[in-house]
Amino acid sequence: MDIELILKVYPYFLEAAVVTIELSVLTVLLGLICGALAAAARMSRFRLLRIIGAVYVSVFRGTPALIQLFLLYFGGPQIGIQLDAFEAGVIGLGLNIGAYMAETMRGAIVSVDGGQTEAARTLGLSRTQAFRKVTLPQAMRLMIRPLGVNINAQIKGTALVAAISVVELTYTAQRYIGSTYKPFEMFFLAGVLYILIITVTGKGISYLDRKVRLP
Amino acid sequence: MTEAHKFVDIRHAQKAYGDLEVLKDISLTVDRGEIVAIIGPSGSGKSTLLRAINDLDSLTGGEVWLDGVQINKDLPYRQYEKHINAMRQQVGMVFQHFNLFPHLSVRDNVTMAPKLLKGLSDKEADKLAEEQLNHVGMLERIDYYPSQLSGGQKQRVAIARALAMQPKLMLFDEATSALDPELVEEVNLVMKRLAEEHMTMIIVTHEMDFAASVCDRVIFMDKGVVVEQGPPSVVFQNPTEERTKEFLRKHLAQHHAQNAAEAAALTAAQTNEGAK
Repeated sequence: MDIELILKVYPYFLEAAVVTIELSVLTVLLGLICGALAAAARMSRFRLLRIIGAVYVSVFRGTPALIQLFLLYFGGPQIGIQLDAFEAGVIGLGLNIGAYMAETMRGAIVSVDGGQTEAARTLGLSRTQAFRKVTLPQAMRLMIRPLGVNINAQIKGTALVAAISVVELTYTAQRYIGSTYKPFEMFFLAGVLYILIITVTGKGISYLDRKVRLP
Repeated sequence: MTEAHKFVDIRHAQKAYGDLEVLKDISLTVDRGEIVAIIGPSGSGKSTLLRAINDLDSLTGGEVWLDGVQINKDLPYRQYEKHINAMRQQVGMVFQHFNLFPHLSVRDNVTMAPKLLKGLSDKEADKLAEEQLNHVGMLERIDYYPSQLSGGQKQRVAIARALAMQPKLMLFDEATSALDPELVEEVNLVMKRLAEEHMTMIIVTHEMDFAASVCDRVIFMDKGVVVEQGPPSVVFQNPTEERTKEFLRKHLAQHHAQNAAEAAALTAAQTNEGAK
Protein backbone atom coordinates (compact mmCIF):
# COMPACT_ATOMS: atom_id res chain seq x y z
CA MET A 1 0.00 0.00 0.00
CA ASP A 2 1.26 3.43 -0.97
CA ILE A 3 1.19 5.25 2.38
CA GLU A 4 2.92 8.30 0.98
CA LEU A 5 0.20 8.80 -1.58
CA ILE A 6 -2.46 8.46 1.10
CA LEU A 7 -0.74 11.08 3.23
CA LYS A 8 -0.62 13.38 0.24
CA VAL A 9 -4.27 13.14 -0.74
CA TYR A 10 -5.98 12.71 2.60
CA PRO A 11 -6.69 16.45 3.15
CA TYR A 12 -8.85 16.41 0.03
CA PHE A 13 -10.65 13.36 1.35
CA LEU A 14 -11.29 15.11 4.63
CA GLU A 15 -12.91 17.97 2.72
CA ALA A 16 -15.01 15.45 0.87
CA ALA A 17 -15.90 13.76 4.17
CA VAL A 18 -17.29 17.08 5.37
CA VAL A 19 -19.62 17.06 2.36
CA THR A 20 -20.64 13.49 3.20
CA ILE A 21 -21.39 14.59 6.76
CA GLU A 22 -23.40 17.56 5.49
CA LEU A 23 -25.35 15.29 3.18
CA SER A 24 -25.93 12.85 6.02
CA VAL A 25 -27.14 15.48 8.45
CA LEU A 26 -29.44 17.17 5.95
CA THR A 27 -30.92 13.97 4.56
CA VAL A 28 -31.47 12.58 8.06
CA LEU A 29 -33.18 15.79 9.18
CA LEU A 30 -35.39 15.82 6.09
CA GLY A 31 -35.99 12.11 6.58
CA LEU A 32 -37.06 12.60 10.20
CA ILE A 33 -39.52 15.31 9.18
CA CYS A 34 -40.95 13.32 6.25
CA GLY A 35 -40.96 10.17 8.37
CA ALA A 36 -42.87 11.81 11.20
CA LEU A 37 -45.40 13.32 8.79
CA ALA A 38 -45.85 10.05 6.91
CA ALA A 39 -46.16 8.04 10.14
CA ALA A 40 -48.79 10.48 11.39
CA ALA A 41 -50.61 10.29 8.05
CA ARG A 42 -50.57 6.49 8.12
CA MET A 43 -52.15 6.48 11.57
CA SER A 44 -54.62 9.27 10.90
CA ARG A 45 -58.34 8.76 11.32
CA PHE A 46 -58.82 10.26 7.86
CA ARG A 47 -58.71 7.69 5.10
CA LEU A 48 -57.26 10.05 2.48
CA LEU A 49 -54.26 10.83 4.69
CA ARG A 50 -53.73 7.14 5.38
CA ILE A 51 -53.67 6.46 1.65
CA ILE A 52 -51.25 9.31 0.94
CA GLY A 53 -48.92 8.06 3.67
CA ALA A 54 -49.07 4.49 2.43
CA VAL A 55 -48.40 5.49 -1.18
CA TYR A 56 -45.39 7.61 -0.17
CA VAL A 57 -43.91 4.77 1.85
CA SER A 58 -44.43 2.09 -0.76
CA VAL A 59 -43.20 4.22 -3.68
CA PHE A 60 -39.97 5.24 -1.97
CA ARG A 61 -39.30 1.84 -0.47
CA GLY A 62 -40.32 0.02 -3.61
CA THR A 63 -37.93 1.67 -6.08
CA PRO A 64 -34.13 1.95 -6.08
CA ALA A 65 -32.85 5.13 -4.45
CA LEU A 66 -30.62 5.59 -7.48
CA ILE A 67 -33.65 5.74 -9.77
CA GLN A 68 -35.26 8.27 -7.45
CA LEU A 69 -32.12 10.43 -7.64
CA PHE A 70 -31.85 10.17 -11.41
CA LEU A 71 -35.52 10.92 -11.84
CA LEU A 72 -35.22 14.05 -9.72
CA TYR A 73 -31.88 15.29 -11.06
CA PHE A 74 -32.04 14.34 -14.73
CA GLY A 75 -35.80 14.10 -15.16
CA GLY A 76 -36.66 17.11 -12.98
CA PRO A 77 -35.80 19.83 -15.47
CA GLN A 78 -38.18 18.23 -17.95
CA ILE A 79 -41.08 19.01 -15.61
CA GLY A 80 -39.67 22.33 -14.45
CA ILE A 81 -37.75 21.26 -11.33
CA GLN A 82 -34.25 22.75 -11.59
CA LEU A 83 -31.96 21.57 -8.79
CA ASP A 84 -28.21 21.49 -8.49
CA ALA A 85 -26.67 18.12 -7.74
CA PHE A 86 -26.31 18.69 -3.99
CA GLU A 87 -29.91 19.86 -3.62
CA ALA A 88 -31.18 16.95 -5.65
CA GLY A 89 -29.10 14.60 -3.51
CA VAL A 90 -30.47 15.96 -0.24
CA ILE A 91 -34.08 16.01 -1.38
CA GLY A 92 -33.97 12.65 -3.14
CA LEU A 93 -32.20 10.76 -0.38
CA GLY A 94 -34.11 12.60 2.35
CA LEU A 95 -37.43 11.57 0.87
CA ASN A 96 -36.08 8.05 0.46
CA ILE A 97 -34.90 7.57 4.03
CA GLY A 98 -38.06 9.31 5.27
CA ALA A 99 -40.10 6.39 3.97
CA TYR A 100 -38.03 3.94 6.00
CA MET A 101 -38.10 6.18 9.05
CA ALA A 102 -41.88 6.47 8.78
CA GLU A 103 -42.15 2.72 9.20
CA THR A 104 -39.68 2.74 12.08
CA MET A 105 -41.64 5.42 13.90
CA ARG A 106 -44.98 3.80 13.25
CA GLY A 107 -43.61 0.49 14.47
CA ALA A 108 -42.43 2.06 17.72
CA ILE A 109 -45.73 3.84 18.26
CA VAL A 110 -47.92 0.79 17.69
CA SER A 111 -45.71 -1.31 19.92
CA VAL A 112 -46.52 0.82 22.97
CA ASP A 113 -49.01 -1.23 24.97
CA GLY A 114 -52.60 -0.30 24.16
CA GLY A 115 -53.39 -0.34 27.87
CA GLN A 116 -51.37 2.85 28.17
CA THR A 117 -53.73 4.79 25.93
CA GLU A 118 -56.71 3.23 27.69
CA ALA A 119 -55.42 4.29 31.08
CA ALA A 120 -54.80 7.83 29.84
CA ARG A 121 -58.20 8.11 28.14
CA THR A 122 -59.89 6.72 31.23
CA LEU A 123 -58.46 9.57 33.27
CA GLY A 124 -60.13 11.96 30.82
CA LEU A 125 -57.21 12.83 28.54
CA SER A 126 -58.10 13.56 24.92
CA ARG A 127 -56.67 11.50 22.08
CA THR A 128 -54.03 14.14 21.46
CA GLN A 129 -53.13 14.52 25.12
CA ALA A 130 -52.86 10.77 25.58
CA PHE A 131 -50.62 10.55 22.55
CA ARG A 132 -48.40 13.44 23.56
CA LYS A 133 -48.07 12.64 27.23
CA VAL A 134 -48.19 8.87 27.30
CA THR A 135 -47.67 7.10 23.97
CA LEU A 136 -45.10 9.35 22.33
CA PRO A 137 -42.59 9.56 25.21
CA GLN A 138 -42.55 5.78 25.37
CA ALA A 139 -42.42 5.36 21.58
CA MET A 140 -39.54 7.84 21.29
CA ARG A 141 -37.46 5.68 23.59
CA LEU A 142 -38.33 2.62 21.54
CA MET A 143 -37.46 4.23 18.22
CA ILE A 144 -33.97 5.56 19.02
CA ARG A 145 -32.10 2.36 18.17
CA PRO A 146 -34.05 1.41 15.04
CA LEU A 147 -33.77 5.00 13.79
CA GLY A 148 -30.05 4.58 14.42
CA VAL A 149 -30.12 1.68 11.97
CA ASN A 150 -31.84 3.92 9.41
CA ILE A 151 -29.29 6.66 9.98
CA ASN A 152 -26.41 4.20 9.59
CA ALA A 153 -27.87 3.06 6.29
CA GLN A 154 -28.37 6.66 5.20
CA ILE A 155 -24.76 7.71 5.89
CA LYS A 156 -23.54 4.92 3.63
CA GLY A 157 -26.38 5.67 1.22
CA THR A 158 -25.02 9.17 0.60
CA ALA A 159 -22.41 7.46 -1.62
CA LEU A 160 -25.14 7.20 -4.26
CA VAL A 161 -24.98 10.92 -5.02
CA ALA A 162 -21.55 10.31 -6.55
CA ALA A 163 -23.62 9.13 -9.51
CA ILE A 164 -24.96 12.64 -9.99
CA SER A 165 -21.45 14.07 -9.45
CA VAL A 166 -21.76 15.59 -5.99
CA VAL A 167 -18.21 15.90 -4.75
CA GLU A 168 -18.40 13.78 -1.61
CA LEU A 169 -16.25 10.89 -0.38
CA THR A 170 -17.07 8.24 -2.93
CA TYR A 171 -16.94 10.66 -5.85
CA THR A 172 -13.59 12.02 -4.61
CA ALA A 173 -12.15 8.51 -4.35
CA GLN A 174 -13.23 7.80 -7.92
CA ARG A 175 -11.74 11.04 -9.15
CA TYR A 176 -8.37 10.40 -7.54
CA ILE A 177 -8.27 6.94 -9.01
CA GLY A 178 -8.43 8.59 -12.40
CA SER A 179 -5.22 10.51 -11.75
CA THR A 180 -3.32 8.04 -9.52
CA TYR A 181 -4.39 4.61 -10.82
CA LYS A 182 -4.40 3.39 -7.22
CA PRO A 183 -7.95 2.18 -6.57
CA PHE A 184 -7.01 0.14 -3.49
CA GLU A 185 -5.53 3.10 -1.63
CA MET A 186 -8.27 5.51 -2.63
CA PHE A 187 -11.19 3.25 -1.74
CA PHE A 188 -9.39 2.14 1.42
CA LEU A 189 -9.03 5.74 2.54
CA ALA A 190 -12.67 6.52 1.75
CA GLY A 191 -13.71 3.37 3.63
CA VAL A 192 -11.76 4.38 6.73
CA LEU A 193 -13.44 7.77 6.76
CA TYR A 194 -16.90 6.20 6.38
CA ILE A 195 -16.16 3.90 9.32
CA LEU A 196 -15.12 6.87 11.42
CA ILE A 197 -18.33 8.75 10.67
CA ILE A 198 -20.46 5.64 11.28
CA THR A 199 -18.70 4.78 14.54
CA VAL A 200 -19.03 8.26 16.02
CA THR A 201 -22.70 8.41 15.03
CA GLY A 202 -23.32 4.96 16.49
CA LYS A 203 -21.72 6.00 19.78
CA GLY A 204 -23.90 9.09 19.83
CA ILE A 205 -27.03 7.03 19.35
CA SER A 206 -26.04 4.57 22.06
CA TYR A 207 -25.40 7.47 24.40
CA LEU A 208 -28.79 8.99 23.65
CA ASP A 209 -30.46 5.61 24.17
CA ARG A 210 -28.79 5.12 27.53
CA LYS A 211 -29.56 8.66 28.59
CA VAL A 212 -33.32 8.34 28.19
CA ARG A 213 -33.57 4.74 29.38
CA LEU A 214 -36.05 4.21 32.17
CA PRO A 215 -35.05 2.76 35.52
CA MET B 1 -82.73 17.66 39.02
CA THR B 2 -86.48 17.40 39.28
CA GLU B 3 -86.76 13.89 37.95
CA ALA B 4 -85.49 11.19 40.28
CA HIS B 5 -82.68 9.30 38.62
CA LYS B 6 -80.56 6.31 39.37
CA PHE B 7 -76.89 7.06 39.96
CA VAL B 8 -75.65 4.54 37.41
CA ASP B 9 -78.32 3.49 34.97
CA ILE B 10 -77.59 0.97 32.26
CA ARG B 11 -80.51 0.60 29.87
CA HIS B 12 -80.76 -2.25 27.40
CA ALA B 13 -77.03 -2.49 26.87
CA GLN B 14 -76.13 -4.49 23.79
CA LYS B 15 -72.75 -5.25 22.35
CA ALA B 16 -72.11 -7.41 19.33
CA TYR B 17 -69.05 -8.18 17.27
CA GLY B 18 -70.66 -9.21 14.00
CA ASP B 19 -72.86 -12.16 14.86
CA LEU B 20 -71.28 -12.64 18.26
CA GLU B 21 -73.46 -11.07 20.93
CA VAL B 22 -71.38 -10.27 23.99
CA LEU B 23 -74.03 -8.29 25.85
CA LYS B 24 -77.67 -9.16 25.29
CA ASP B 25 -79.97 -6.38 26.42
CA ILE B 26 -78.65 -5.79 29.92
CA SER B 27 -80.40 -3.33 32.19
CA LEU B 28 -79.21 -2.60 35.68
CA THR B 29 -78.80 0.27 38.09
CA VAL B 30 -76.39 1.10 40.86
CA ASP B 31 -77.14 3.50 43.71
CA ARG B 32 -74.82 6.19 44.94
CA GLY B 33 -72.47 4.68 47.51
CA GLU B 34 -73.37 1.14 46.53
CA ILE B 35 -70.68 -1.47 46.07
CA VAL B 36 -71.46 -4.02 43.43
CA ALA B 37 -69.52 -7.08 42.35
CA ILE B 38 -69.96 -8.60 38.91
CA ILE B 39 -68.99 -12.25 38.77
CA GLY B 40 -69.25 -14.88 36.08
CA PRO B 41 -67.21 -17.23 33.93
CA SER B 42 -64.74 -15.78 31.44
CA GLY B 43 -66.50 -14.75 28.26
CA SER B 44 -69.64 -13.89 30.19
CA GLY B 45 -69.36 -10.25 29.13
CA LYS B 46 -68.69 -8.83 32.59
CA SER B 47 -65.53 -6.94 31.60
CA THR B 48 -67.19 -5.67 28.43
CA LEU B 49 -70.09 -4.34 30.48
CA LEU B 50 -67.70 -2.60 32.88
CA ARG B 51 -65.72 -1.11 30.00
CA ALA B 52 -68.94 0.05 28.34
CA ILE B 53 -69.71 2.22 31.35
CA ASN B 54 -66.95 4.69 30.45
CA ASP B 55 -67.17 3.83 26.76
CA LEU B 56 -63.80 2.09 26.47
CA ASP B 57 -65.87 -0.50 24.65
CA SER B 58 -68.72 1.18 22.81
CA LEU B 59 -72.13 -0.38 23.03
CA THR B 60 -73.89 -1.29 19.82
CA GLY B 61 -77.23 -0.59 21.48
CA GLY B 62 -78.62 0.86 24.68
CA GLU B 63 -77.66 3.69 26.99
CA VAL B 64 -75.43 4.29 29.98
CA TRP B 65 -76.31 7.12 32.35
CA LEU B 66 -74.26 8.50 35.22
CA ASP B 67 -75.88 10.83 37.72
CA GLY B 68 -78.51 11.99 35.26
CA VAL B 69 -76.21 12.43 32.26
CA GLN B 70 -76.00 10.01 29.38
CA ILE B 71 -72.41 8.86 28.85
CA ASN B 72 -72.68 7.27 25.41
CA LYS B 73 -74.52 10.18 23.78
CA ASP B 74 -74.89 10.21 20.03
CA LEU B 75 -72.86 13.28 19.07
CA PRO B 76 -70.63 14.36 16.18
CA TYR B 77 -67.02 13.24 16.66
CA ARG B 78 -65.53 16.42 18.10
CA GLN B 79 -68.42 17.14 20.43
CA TYR B 80 -68.48 13.54 21.56
CA GLU B 81 -64.75 13.62 22.33
CA LYS B 82 -65.26 16.66 24.55
CA HIS B 83 -68.26 15.11 26.24
CA ILE B 84 -66.67 11.73 26.88
CA ASN B 85 -63.46 13.27 28.23
CA ALA B 86 -65.50 15.26 30.71
CA MET B 87 -67.51 12.16 31.70
CA ARG B 88 -64.44 9.98 32.08
CA GLN B 89 -62.94 12.45 34.54
CA GLN B 90 -65.77 11.44 36.85
CA VAL B 91 -65.23 7.72 36.47
CA GLY B 92 -62.06 6.13 37.84
CA MET B 93 -60.90 2.86 36.43
CA VAL B 94 -58.45 0.27 37.67
CA PHE B 95 -57.12 -2.38 35.30
CA GLN B 96 -55.96 -5.95 35.72
CA HIS B 97 -52.52 -5.06 34.39
CA PHE B 98 -52.27 -1.74 36.28
CA ASN B 99 -51.30 0.25 33.17
CA LEU B 100 -49.14 2.65 35.14
CA PHE B 101 -47.15 4.98 32.92
CA PRO B 102 -43.65 3.49 32.98
CA HIS B 103 -41.93 6.69 31.87
CA LEU B 104 -43.29 8.68 34.80
CA SER B 105 -42.47 8.53 38.50
CA VAL B 106 -45.16 7.45 40.93
CA ARG B 107 -45.74 11.12 41.71
CA ASP B 108 -46.16 12.07 38.07
CA ASN B 109 -48.43 9.10 37.42
CA VAL B 110 -50.78 10.53 40.03
CA THR B 111 -50.44 14.23 39.15
CA MET B 112 -50.42 14.13 35.36
CA ALA B 113 -54.17 14.12 34.79
CA PRO B 114 -55.10 16.62 37.55
CA LYS B 115 -52.43 19.04 36.30
CA LEU B 116 -53.43 18.66 32.69
CA LEU B 117 -57.19 18.60 33.09
CA LYS B 118 -57.87 20.58 36.24
CA GLY B 119 -55.03 23.07 35.92
CA LEU B 120 -53.50 22.27 39.30
CA SER B 121 -50.22 24.03 40.04
CA ASP B 122 -47.14 21.92 40.77
CA LYS B 123 -47.53 22.64 44.46
CA GLU B 124 -51.22 21.74 44.59
CA ALA B 125 -50.57 18.63 42.54
CA ASP B 126 -47.75 17.53 44.83
CA LYS B 127 -49.98 17.93 47.85
CA LEU B 128 -52.69 15.91 46.13
CA ALA B 129 -50.23 13.17 45.19
CA GLU B 130 -48.95 12.98 48.75
CA GLU B 131 -52.49 12.72 50.13
CA GLN B 132 -53.58 10.09 47.66
CA LEU B 133 -50.43 8.01 47.97
CA ASN B 134 -50.56 8.20 51.73
CA HIS B 135 -54.10 6.93 51.53
CA VAL B 136 -52.98 3.77 49.74
CA GLY B 137 -49.82 3.43 51.84
CA MET B 138 -47.45 4.31 48.99
CA LEU B 139 -46.15 7.69 50.09
CA GLU B 140 -42.63 6.36 50.68
CA ARG B 141 -42.44 5.28 47.05
CA ILE B 142 -43.47 8.65 45.61
CA ASP B 143 -40.20 9.13 43.69
CA TYR B 144 -39.90 5.55 42.47
CA TYR B 145 -40.68 4.43 38.94
CA PRO B 146 -43.32 1.77 38.27
CA SER B 147 -40.71 -0.82 37.27
CA GLN B 148 -39.29 -0.58 40.77
CA LEU B 149 -42.55 -1.61 42.44
CA SER B 150 -44.18 -4.96 43.14
CA GLY B 151 -47.51 -5.80 41.50
CA GLY B 152 -49.46 -4.98 44.63
CA GLN B 153 -47.70 -1.66 44.98
CA LYS B 154 -48.33 -0.85 41.33
CA GLN B 155 -52.00 -1.51 41.74
CA ARG B 156 -52.20 0.67 44.83
CA VAL B 157 -50.55 3.51 42.88
CA ALA B 158 -53.01 2.91 40.04
CA ILE B 159 -55.87 3.29 42.51
CA ALA B 160 -54.33 6.51 43.86
CA ARG B 161 -53.95 7.79 40.29
CA ALA B 162 -57.64 7.17 39.60
CA LEU B 163 -58.73 8.71 42.92
CA ALA B 164 -56.67 11.84 42.30
CA MET B 165 -59.28 12.89 39.73
CA GLN B 166 -61.91 12.71 42.50
CA PRO B 167 -64.22 10.42 40.57
CA LYS B 168 -67.85 9.80 41.49
CA LEU B 169 -67.60 6.19 40.52
CA MET B 170 -64.81 3.63 40.53
CA LEU B 171 -64.61 0.68 38.18
CA PHE B 172 -62.35 -2.25 38.98
CA ASP B 173 -61.60 -4.69 36.18
CA GLU B 174 -60.18 -7.79 37.86
CA ALA B 175 -57.85 -5.59 39.86
CA THR B 176 -56.19 -8.48 41.69
CA SER B 177 -56.23 -11.18 38.99
CA ALA B 178 -52.68 -10.51 37.80
CA LEU B 179 -51.20 -10.42 41.29
CA ASP B 180 -49.24 -13.09 43.09
CA PRO B 181 -51.46 -14.56 45.80
CA GLU B 182 -49.49 -12.99 48.64
CA LEU B 183 -49.96 -9.51 47.14
CA VAL B 184 -53.73 -9.68 46.73
CA GLU B 185 -54.53 -8.75 50.31
CA GLU B 186 -52.83 -5.34 50.29
CA VAL B 187 -54.91 -4.30 47.29
CA ASN B 188 -58.07 -5.75 48.80
CA LEU B 189 -57.45 -3.72 51.94
CA VAL B 190 -57.25 -0.50 49.95
CA MET B 191 -60.48 -1.38 48.16
CA LYS B 192 -62.15 -2.23 51.46
CA ARG B 193 -61.14 1.13 52.89
CA LEU B 194 -62.59 2.84 49.83
CA ALA B 195 -65.80 0.89 50.35
CA GLU B 196 -65.98 2.07 53.94
CA GLU B 197 -65.71 5.65 52.67
CA HIS B 198 -68.83 5.01 50.60
CA MET B 199 -67.23 5.34 47.20
CA THR B 200 -69.56 3.94 44.57
CA MET B 201 -67.76 0.91 43.19
CA ILE B 202 -68.40 -1.63 40.47
CA ILE B 203 -66.01 -4.51 40.79
CA VAL B 204 -65.48 -7.26 38.25
CA THR B 205 -63.81 -10.04 40.18
CA HIS B 206 -63.07 -13.72 40.53
CA GLU B 207 -62.65 -13.43 44.26
CA MET B 208 -65.86 -14.61 45.83
CA ASP B 209 -64.63 -14.15 49.40
CA PHE B 210 -63.80 -10.54 48.74
CA ALA B 211 -67.12 -9.94 46.99
CA ALA B 212 -68.95 -11.54 49.90
CA SER B 213 -67.22 -9.47 52.54
CA VAL B 214 -67.23 -6.08 50.84
CA CYS B 215 -70.10 -5.81 48.38
CA ASP B 216 -73.70 -4.83 48.93
CA ARG B 217 -74.82 -6.70 45.87
CA VAL B 218 -73.51 -9.44 43.64
CA ILE B 219 -74.43 -9.71 39.98
CA PHE B 220 -73.88 -13.04 38.27
CA MET B 221 -73.48 -12.81 34.51
CA ASP B 222 -73.26 -15.59 31.98
CA LYS B 223 -73.31 -15.54 28.18
CA GLY B 224 -74.09 -11.83 27.98
CA VAL B 225 -77.02 -11.70 30.36
CA VAL B 226 -77.53 -11.01 34.05
CA VAL B 227 -78.58 -14.39 35.38
CA GLU B 228 -79.08 -13.50 38.98
CA GLN B 229 -78.41 -10.66 41.38
CA GLY B 230 -78.88 -9.92 45.06
CA PRO B 231 -77.09 -9.54 48.37
CA PRO B 232 -73.98 -11.73 48.59
CA SER B 233 -75.56 -13.88 51.30
CA VAL B 234 -78.35 -14.85 48.92
CA VAL B 235 -76.38 -15.22 45.68
CA PHE B 236 -73.55 -17.16 47.28
CA GLN B 237 -75.42 -19.25 49.85
CA ASN B 238 -78.83 -19.58 48.37
CA PRO B 239 -78.83 -19.00 44.62
CA THR B 240 -82.06 -19.67 42.79
CA GLU B 241 -80.73 -20.11 39.26
CA GLU B 242 -79.21 -23.40 38.16
CA ARG B 243 -76.45 -21.64 36.20
CA THR B 244 -75.38 -19.70 39.29
CA LYS B 245 -75.26 -22.88 41.34
CA GLU B 246 -73.19 -24.64 38.72
CA PHE B 247 -70.75 -21.73 38.41
CA LEU B 248 -70.27 -21.49 42.16
CA ARG B 249 -69.83 -25.27 42.41
CA LYS B 250 -67.15 -25.26 39.72
CA HIS B 251 -65.47 -22.23 41.15
CA LEU B 252 -65.42 -23.72 44.63
CA ALA B 253 -64.03 -27.01 43.32
CA GLN B 254 -61.29 -25.11 41.51
CA HIS B 255 -60.56 -23.10 44.59
CA HIS B 256 -60.29 -26.28 46.68
CA ALA B 257 -58.12 -27.99 44.09
CA GLN B 258 -55.83 -24.99 44.06
CA ASN B 259 -55.62 -24.90 47.84
CA ALA B 260 -54.97 -28.63 47.93
CA ALA B 261 -52.24 -28.31 45.32
CA GLU B 262 -50.63 -25.47 47.24
CA ALA B 263 -50.82 -27.45 50.48
CA ALA B 264 -49.34 -30.50 48.77
CA ALA B 265 -46.51 -28.40 47.34
CA LEU B 266 -45.84 -26.95 50.74
CA THR B 267 -45.75 -30.40 52.39
CA ALA B 268 -43.44 -31.66 49.65
CA ALA B 269 -41.16 -28.69 50.17
CA GLN B 270 -41.11 -29.26 53.88
CA THR B 271 -40.40 -32.96 53.42
CA ASN B 272 -37.54 -32.07 51.11
CA GLU B 273 -36.25 -29.62 53.63
CA GLY B 274 -36.44 -32.29 56.33
CA ALA B 275 -34.61 -34.84 54.14
CA LYS B 276 -31.63 -32.50 53.74
